Amino acid sequence: MKQANTPIAICAGLACLFAATTASADAVTPDKVMFDDLEVKTSLTGAPGDAKAGKKWFANRKLGNCLACHVNKDLANQPFHGEVGPPMDGAGDRYTQEQLRGILVDSKAVFGPDTIMPGFYRVDPGARTAKKFKGKTILSGEQIEDIIAYVMTLKE
Amino acid sequence: MKVSIKAGLVAAIAFAGFAVTGSTLADEGLPEGVTAVKATPPSKDHPLDEILSGWTFRTPETQALQQDDFENPGYLWVERGEALWSEVDGSAGKACASCHNDAADSMKGVGAEMPKWDAKLNRPLTMEQRINNCRTENMGAKEWKWESTQMLSMTSYVRNQSRGMPVNVQADGPMASWVAKGKEVYYTRVGQLDMSCANCHEANYGKYIRADFLSQGHSNGFPTYRLKWQKIGSLHRRFKGCMKNIRATPYKVGGDEFVALEVYLAQRGKGLQVEAPAVRN
Repeated sequence: MKQANTPIAICAGLACLFAATTASADAVTPDKVMFDDLEVKTSLTGAPGDAKAGKKWFANRKLGNCLACHVNKDLANQPFHGEVGPPMDGAGDRYTQEQLRGILVDSKAVFGPDTIMPGFYRVDPGARTAKKFKGKTILSGEQIEDIIAYVMTLKE
Repeated sequence: MKVSIKAGLVAAIAFAGFAVTGSTLADEGLPEGVTAVKATPPSKDHPLDEILSGWTFRTPETQALQQDDFENPGYLWVERGEALWSEVDGSAGKACASCHNDAADSMKGVGAEMPKWDAKLNRPLTMEQRINNCRTENMGAKEWKWESTQMLSMTSYVRNQSRGMPVNVQADGPMASWVAKGKEVYYTRVGQLDMSCANCHEANYGKYIRADFLSQGHSNGFPTYRLKWQKIGSLHRRFKGCMKNIRATPYKVGGDEFVALEVYLAQRGKGLQVEAPAVRN
């Protein structure tokens, strides 16, 4: 399946500027992500991610808080690795980029509706989302691409 | 330093003429005033194989604070509640004690059955609501705020009169629809993180989520002294904090959703002994 790219062409003046600045970060907006056999083939930004930045996002408590649930030896210098999800050691051997992108974007589309893992590129999946987070994804497409690049470096 | 303070306290109690039984409770690994921290699920379709008090998920250091009432910081509120019990308040010139006499007798078992159906109001009342109802209807006194020192003191004191008694909330009859509503709240995914109570406290208890060791999320210890809060707090405050953590707009403290959730949780943890005031982290 190919992802339908329909850039918004009709806009004028300030509105156009606004649309251009907000849409420029991620080529594929959350509502346009296409799943293909539990994978997402196309980069959300149209470019490969930066593994070094991904390592930073992975450890960040305020963003996706990956470490809250996943042990990761590569970040042994960070305290309090969780154990709710599977360990990340060797994840780069076990998954492809396309599989990781699917899991990160919407884990429920991959693992089923009962998984505790949030979908990091979904808008308002749960009820009563707090104002501060309403209409926003947990991670940006760029951050997700960076994390994918980083996890792919976790080889055993 | 800690040892000498404790020794001093023990000496003081001995001097006051109370029996000093030593630290046998600590050795047995149970909270003071409680004989079990587990319960058997009442039916086969219960979602848990074994009902475990939040106590069993805490570190020995945190547990130790609940093994000796003189070290339990929550006892400060129990003592304040005891003082408030006989303090006259309101236009009727009454104190709680004016009608209910000695709480050790009149309130024994009351806290184990909360929230309780109120036939007059045609709804269940939590302990906070019951107390405020008594204040406005019978004492001519003003309501206390849910998380005020007075309310927390009184709920701690009254619930403490049921310590060691099994949670025994009514779940049938008119309470059934509230149990059902609470169950719905429990299993509904909310917030940007898209999680329900069950995702953590049913499917993943006994595991670390970041620095938090996940419990089964029972209510038998409330009001609970939380180290993170550095004070005692209500169950609804805890609900609110959990919902904020998953980036959801919490329901209103004292609102029907949280009351229903409280009813459901009590039913879910039926048989666990009341530990109030428990100490958690």
